[in-house]
Amino acid sequence: MRVRWIVVLMLLLAGCTSGGGTSADGRITLRFQSLAWQEESVTANKELVKEWNAAHSDVKVEYVQGSWDSVHDQLLTSFEGGEAPDIIHDASDDLADFAYGGYLADLRELLPARLKSDIPQHSWDTATFGDGVYGVPFLQEPRVLIANAKWLKESGARIPTPEKPWSWGEFRSITKELSGEGRYGVAWPLKEPVSATLNLSLSAGGQLFHRDADGKVTVRFGEADAVVPRTLHDQANTDHSASPTTLGSGGSDTLPGFFGGKYAMVPLGFSYRQQIVQQAPKGFDWQVLPAPAGADGLTQGVSPQTLSVSADSPHKKEAAEFIDFLLRPKNMVRLALGDWMLPTGTQALKDPALHTAKNDWATGTALAQHLRPAPAQSVRGYPEWKDKVATPAFQEYYSGAIGLAELRRRLVKDGNLVLARYQR
Amino acid sequence: MRTSSKARAGQYAALLAYLVFLAFPLLWLISTAFKPPRELASLHPTWIPKDPTLANFRQAFDEQPLLHAALNSLVAALGAAVVAVLIATPMAYVMARHRTLLARAATGWVVVSQAFPFVLVIIPLFLVLKNLRLINSVPGLIMVYVVWALPFALWMLVGYVRAVPVELEEAAAVDGAGRLRTLVSVTAPLLAPGIVATALFAFISAWNEFFFALVLLKTPEKQTLPVVLTHFIGAEGVADLGPLAAAAFLATLPSLVVFALIQKRITGGMLAGAVKS
Repeated sequence: MRVRWIVVLMLLLAGCTSGGGTSADGRITLRFQSLAWQEESVTANKELVKEWNAAHSDVKVEYVQGSWDSVHDQLLTSFEGGEAPDIIHDASDDLADFAYGGYLADLRELLPARLKSDIPQHSWDTATFGDGVYGVPFLQEPRVLIANAKWLKESGARIPTPEKPWSWGEFRSITKELSGEGRYGVAWPLKEPVSATLNLSLSAGGQLFHRDADGKVTVRFGEADAVVPRTLHDQANTDHSASPTTLGSGGSDTLPGFFGGKYAMVPLGFSYRQQIVQQAPKGFDWQVLPAPAGADGLTQGVSPQTLSVSADSPHKKEAAEFIDFLLRPKNMVRLALGDWMLPTGTQALKDPALHTAKNDWATGTALAQHLRPAPAQSVRGYPEWKDKVATPAFQEYYSGAIGLAELRRRLVKDGNLVLARYQR
Repeated sequence: MRTSSKARAGQYAALLAYLVFLAFPLLWLISTAFKPPRELASLHPTWIPKDPTLANFRQAFDEQPLLHAALNSLVAALGAAVVAVLIATPMAYVMARHRTLLARAATGWVVVSQAFPFVLVIIPLFLVLKNLRLINSVPGLIMVYVVWALPFALWMLVGYVRAVPVELEEAAAVDGAGRLRTLVSVTAPLLAPGIVATALFAFISAWNEFFFALVLLKTPEKQTLPVVLTHFIGAEGVADLGPLAAAAFLATLPSLVVFALIQKRITGGMLAGAVKS
């Protein structure tokens, strides 16, 4: 219903005036819509804008606060209304529609060689649609296990490291050992089960989406794709080592139980450390562990945060220069620290501030080289496949309502019917 | 018919349960707004914060321009309420007093318009706003809110006008009062509670509205409170709960204050339209 609204609004808003502009004295004003929301992150972004403005009297950047909650709808109407900000902060998995719709500028000719070479190709792949690059991926976060360090130590289990992580089988047996008497080895927050499952499945070699020679994408659910879902299912339904109540929860919802000693581990995004530092009871001993590894090691999918330039912006060159400024290695580190995430830039990743033991920055930084584009984020029809087929199928499987064969049937048979409509 | 004491106790218990149910979100919001981060993530939440703090309010004000956003919301909501009532009152009077075919058709149209998908109402509004260059302006937003609130306001007011006995106006006319004098001195005071109730409805609708404000207002200095509140929510729905609760609590205050100040008038107004004289 909301989509229909937006489509009509798009038609209505067409032709409105643009946001950024040039004043009578030739001074350019660029609007930068940031989605930073945590206090430190907002401060870092605003400081950088201030520094840019102090050094560039001819190009002023105006900081505009956006919100993750409504960014897609807000951008869509802004693009169609000619009111889009010049510089756009978003996430790579939200860019496909905008890129294919012609709303974003192709950055290949706009960005300097320094920035292009600083960010690894696999990160650029997350913002590459067709032949163009429509965003600069700059922050990313792996999913990690945040563990009750005291509990884990007392259990005598081997503590995994990025060099020697747990296998999925080892992880399962350890969570089983840690469980009992109303306590669980792990609490999976699986409110959004599809991205969590697919991203982690890359570690076991699970691809799920396969592109044929003619460019068509089909879903295939092989043994490698089943490793992670089967582990999660068995933890919740066979071993009873995963809390059944958190399967429908978001990440933050698992924290009270984690702090209260109900769960030994919670798989969360790396940036959740900030909430843990803020909210954990005094003396609570926690640590970051790498997610379990499979046949493909610690590989996992991510959808980095991105900076794009509006196709309608009359000042694309200046907007790209601002992005280049914002993403200089030192500045990228400031943004990463503000958001408690990892920078994509190889120079920024070397910064000592990201290799400290404090808050386990070093553990996360060691995982950066294993991060790859989230599966299917550029597959057309993926959002519908995810919402109509995969989400209910995974939810039912994890709750024990259906078995693996039925999960496979739904993901593949029903899923391919959905994808086929987008690829005629 | 007498109510037995048991039945009466049951009624009071049901009423109390209902009040608790209604009050729960607000009380929890207030409690959350004063809790430090560690208490927010406690496995055993408490109603009364053990270590109450104003830090959430400080952080909310530091991070977002709440006062400015509240002022924008206030201007938009008050503007919408005043304009909606100014337009709806004379229309409602005509529709209630002159029961012609046209008035009946107009009443029917108002009722039907409530069933239209929202988007049909907004189409002409966007075209008008675009041509008037009122996108990214609070006056433009007020226009949208007025059109949004008008049908229901009109519907409410027709009921209130009909509740004012026409015989009173006829008596005033017999006493020599002209049409305008009758309206000002006789009808308007009796209609006041209904007008207040209608204005309040329009005010609260506009105060809480999010989607139009999000789409129409582009620059930070124009944004309203509901839009600014979303800035405390991060990716994947992660929220900065303490400051969000503090800001949301502040956002509910104007509605609560307005309700508290004119509660009696509202009750009178609502009842006035409830039955035919």
